[in-house]
Amino acid sequence: MIISVASGKGGTGKTTIATSMAFSVEGAVQLLDCDVEEPNAHLFVRPDITGAEIIYTPVPEVNMNRCTLCGTCSEICRFNAIVVLGETILPFTELCHGCGGCMLACPEKAIRETGRELGVIEYGSRKGLEFIHGKLRIGEAMAPPLIRKVREYAKPGFLTIIDAPPGTSCPVIAAMSGADFILLVTEPTPFGLHDLKLAVGAVKLLDIPCGLVINRSDIGDGRVREYALAENIPVLMEIPFARGIAEAYSRGEVLAQISSGWKEKFQELSERIKNIARQKSAGTSYA
Amino acid sequence: MHELVVISGKGGTGKTTLLAAFASLARKKVLCDADVDASDLHLIMNPRIHQRHDFKGGHTALINQDKCTGCGICRDVCRFDAINENFKVNPLSCEGCGVCHYFCPEEAVDLPQKTCGEWYISDTRFGPLAHARLGVAEENSGRLVTLIRKQGKELAERMGLDLMLTDGPPGIGCPVIASLGGATAVLIVAEPSLSGLHDMERVAQLAHGFNVPTMTCVNKFDLNPDQARAIESMAERKNVAVMGRIPFDPIFTKSMIMGRTLFEYDSQSNGALSVKSIWEKVFKSLKNHCEKNKKLPD
Repeated sequence: MIISVASGKGGTGKTTIATSMAFSVEGAVQLLDCDVEEPNAHLFVRPDITGAEIIYTPVPEVNMNRCTLCGTCSEICRFNAIVVLGETILPFTELCHGCGGCMLACPEKAIRETGRELGVIEYGSRKGLEFIHGKLRIGEAMAPPLIRKVREYAKPGFLTIIDAPPGTSCPVIAAMSGADFILLVTEPTPFGLHDLKLAVGAVKLLDIPCGLVINRSDIGDGRVREYALAENIPVLMEIPFARGIAEAYSRGEVLAQISSGWKEKFQELSERIKNIARQKSAGTSYA
Repeated sequence: MHELVVISGKGGTGKTTLLAAFASLARKKVLCDADVDASDLHLIMNPRIHQRHDFKGGHTALINQDKCTGCGICRDVCRFDAINENFKVNPLSCEGCGVCHYFCPEEAVDLPQKTCGEWYISDTRFGPLAHARLGVAEENSGRLVTLIRKQGKELAERMGLDLMLTDGPPGIGCPVIASLGGATAVLIVAEPSLSGLHDMERVAQLAHGFNVPTMTCVNKFDLNPDQARAIESMAERKNVAVMGRIPFDPIFTKSMIMGRTLFEYDSQSNGALSVKSIWEKVFKSLKNHCEKNKKLPD
């Protein structure tokens, strides 16, 4: 079972929720940090890293002995990533989406693929929790292919918790699609509500059941709750603002481990999620 | 024409609240919301939209079932698993590369361009605003960021305004990269936590790669003064100018709920006063960078 923790707006508490749930649930659990641009879960989990894998995306390399400068490659490329310039071919590899079209289309078979580094995946564990995260190479623009590679580490039979990036565009979709449940974390403010609506739009597109955690639930106003009620999105947990929680977060401490009672609340949260996801897969409406 | 881009690496550190506050302090400027993925500045600026335009983004394959013979070549050449066994395209997986379109022997694959969002030119009580909205689950956010910054700059030039304040996206990926090129300076809003330190270091390194002068300030510094100091000393090592600190102050949330800037809500609060002092330093530093570039501001 895969639970993806997402938010729309940044800084609402995705990592707090994902790490706390990962450390609270009994049994085989994995945490996949898919916020590859700014991964933070490792700062809380503090895993012993046991291995790493550098991830590449395929980009073209042209053999000039074979190339006849016919221009077919630049014709098929829709990303302007390979261009005929005078007497030479210029691949702009940072624009390449790795579709392989130029290589397939080249009539002289002059193109082979090499790699552009997207970033690194590191994995390890802490107290029985399996931990995997991706770190996008600084300067690399394309996060989704790295996120998809991190997702390949998900194992059947495990509870896989995904810490998703903020926003609602392609990196978030890469971190949510195929999940059994999406847990949206928001704060009850105008920015929180606005971005939550966008995130719910993405969830609906994917047709995955979802629920809500309202963080810092006693600051702000009641409009997030009204929206959740109107949209039939269950509010599964509320976390009031407490300076102690914010300070513990700043030191990289896991909420479920700092104060009594939270561990049980996160266990209960994961049970409710499992029930909703089960009902959904059995064909009944979740809400 | 000079442009300050406010970014953060980590989300939710206070970029938009700070930028809105700057908007009520700066004179003769254009505002630009380049966080096209989850734009929030309009919630404070309450814009009157004058122009609304479609944003044409990438392409998505569309298979004409009448022409399709089911030969399977498109599925073989697609690297993104976007075509299922019934030869239907999943638009969320389709990268728009057009390889299927190129190789289909029946010419059954069309490649229409998608409308991926909208962009707007608006008026606000603090001056003109260029903003945009990327459709949910869409790609090409970097292109829309580039477009909206260009529109903002053209607007500034037409109106004889010399400054653009740009609200940037979180992260370090494609939309952030698109918001850095050609900026006069960037301000990174950091938060005093282990996560904040980690994320600030990565985004500062990205800005460094673009050779853009970089500044920072620490929001909510009193939640962890040790981490605030750690961020500031890291900033100094990385040649990032430290502009000041903002205390944790509930008026950040209260003013947002009222749709007001910090200064409209309570200009004498600790939060507002510290932001004012940061703005004065940031503006002075912007002027210095412009003088270096031989473009004297007003």
